[in-house]
Amino acid sequence: MSTLSRTRHPRTLRVARFSVRYRPRALAACAGALLVALLMAVLALGHGDYPIAPADVLRTLAGDGTPAEDFVVHQLRLPRVATALLVGAALALAGALFQTLVRNPLGSPDILGFTQGASTGALLVVVAGGSSQALAGGAVAGGLLTGAAIYALAWRGGVQGARLVLVGIGTAAILTGVNGYLLTRTQLMDAARAVLWLTGSLDGRGWEQARPLAVALAVLLPLVLLGCGPALRALELGDDAASGLGVRPERLRLALLGAAVLLAALAAAAAGPVNFVALTAPQLARRLTGAPGPNLAASACTGAALLVTADFAAQHLFGDRQLPVGVVTGVLGGGYLLWLLAVRRRAGHL
Amino acid sequence: MAQSESRLAGRELTLAYEKRVIAEGLSVDIPDHSFTVVVGPNACGKSTLLRALSRTLKPTAGQVLLDGQSIATLPAKQVARTLGLLPQSSIAPDGITVAELVSRGRYPHQGVLRQWSAEDERVVAGAMADTGVADLAERPVDELSGGQRQRVWIAMALAQQTPLLLLDEPTTYLDIAHQVEVLDLCARLHREQGRTLVAVLHDLNQAARYATHLIALRDGRLVAAGAPQDVVTAELVEEVFRLPCRVIPDPETGTPLVVPAANRRAAARS
Ligand SMILES: Nc1ncnc2c1ncn2[C@@H]1O[C@H](COP(=O)(O)OP(=O)(O)OP(=O)(O)O)[C@@H](O)[C@H]1O
Ligand SMILES: [Mg+2]
Repeated sequence: MSTLSRTRHPRTLRVARFSVRYRPRALAACAGALLVALLMAVLALGHGDYPIAPADVLRTLAGDGTPAEDFVVHQLRLPRVATALLVGAALALAGALFQTLVRNPLGSPDILGFTQGASTGALLVVVAGGSSQALAGGAVAGGLLTGAAIYALAWRGGVQGARLVLVGIGTAAILTGVNGYLLTRTQLMDAARAVLWLTGSLDGRGWEQARPLAVALAVLLPLVLLGCGPALRALELGDDAASGLGVRPERLRLALLGAAVLLAALAAAAAGPVNFVALTAPQLARRLTGAPGPNLAASACTGAALLVTADFAAQHLFGDRQLPVGVVTGVLGGGYLLWLLAVRRRAGHL
Repeated sequence: MAQSESRLAGRELTLAYEKRVIAEGLSVDIPDHSFTVVVGPNACGKSTLLRALSRTLKPTAGQVLLDGQSIATLPAKQVARTLGLLPQSSIAPDGITVAELVSRGRYPHQGVLRQWSAEDERVVAGAMADTGVADLAERPVDELSGGQRQRVWIAMALAQQTPLLLLDEPTTYLDIAHQVEVLDLCARLHREQGRTLVAVLHDLNQAARYATHLIALRDGRLVAAGAPQDVVTAELVEEVFRLPCRVIPDPETGTPLVVPAANRRAAARS
């Protein structure tokens, strides 16, 4: 057996009555993704009109920088980088949850209509001429309401994955139409702002965008990972088997769908509908860990790395022409999707 | 609350999917330490009954009693440490290995701080050895044959280590040798470990040979229950399956052996 495949197998660490199970390769994948995320973050904090060397960035973060460095890092760049990390992690976690719950690699908030719902909420606020705080609130409300509506529409004595996907895709199509209509109802100035928001952008993001997401992740990450992770692995075996193992399938599904919708809605409120991160990060994480199952932690780390990298590319790789990060994730994600389809097709899965 | 002699019993159950009623006023007793076999034609509600007994399906009326308490009021994980279920069909996640799938059977015994004890390890190895899948431990489940897969799922149910075990068609997909092997395993679990087993089987002769208690269903009704020698008669088979037949003693064991009539139309007329 090769070393690679052996590192896929679970190992156990036992101390007295306590035991944890881990896979060396999955652990390495998480650590690797996290490292990339942090490296890119340091790079992004140092890059720009006022360049700062990585070592100086670290010194400044430790609270030891010159006043100028302090201002540039802490006031100008850190909020944006932090938002990128948090939005990436939140979207990826939401994506991993959706994909597991609906048993479909296409299950992702931007395909199932939740992101479109958040956009509808945000656009309604733009049409009404609301502030950016109100816009974020509108996005969260739109996402949550859409989530509730899709769940209710898909309900038939329980919610099955395939039904949820169909209802979600239908909802996404309808809401895309609604969003197009709302866009025509905006004033010219507002329309520009709305279009920028609709591509997904981290431009000018401050702590007020990062904070709600940070709080949500701090609460939901341990709850979902430790509280629901093992039960979710049981649910993967089908409702009957899960129920035989002592899981209440419908209750667990509702709780996790709720968490995923909340994460996706908060991410949209912070950065607009950044497409494809929720779709690609869990798939990428899965390939990195080589492990079956939801790979929740690895997905979150991969998502953070993906978005902070994409934002760095959007800011700096196209000369002085800055792109909204949604354009980069869209192109990357779309390319990845095509590749995935080609591979799966060749493997005879599609 | 109705008094019940056995640990697991259904009382006046009405079982339905949405509006569609499958059984009404169905009462069953699973005698302790029995090897109970449920028989009946396709779609008569065998799986539905097992779902209700394992609390996977909530009855619209009546209740399932586990150790004298309504199963609906007990904590799910506690029920799962007492009562295991092998569903008729389950889903193996993409790329999962045999050992991992079997380990998932330990879920009801685990907690956040106790994820994988030495006991878990031992039980999983034992379950795989008992079902003859130890050699397959590292193989992906999607690459196994139907029969191998079925034995892996049985191993997962065994790893749950419950005193009561409900098996929905454990012998489907298996060749005759493996069918007998699985049934022998069930008989051993029942005899040596004193576990109470409930299995849905389609082969009446196997049912009569292995069961200590037989339950015959038709259209969600209990037609007969009791020792196979008393229950399996030509009249009963005719009533439950609409199949004219003769019942003779099994030359090996003396248990009832069902032999379908050669000329069924003639037999039906007579
Ligand atoms: N999830 C479901 N939703 C709606 N109806 C169902 C569902 N599962 C089963 N039924 C219906 O309930 C009836 C009883 O089904 P059940 O699965 O209990 O039959 P069974 O006796 O196990 O049959 P088989 O021998 O074919 O496994 C059937 O008419 C079936 O169509
Ligand atoms: Mg059945």
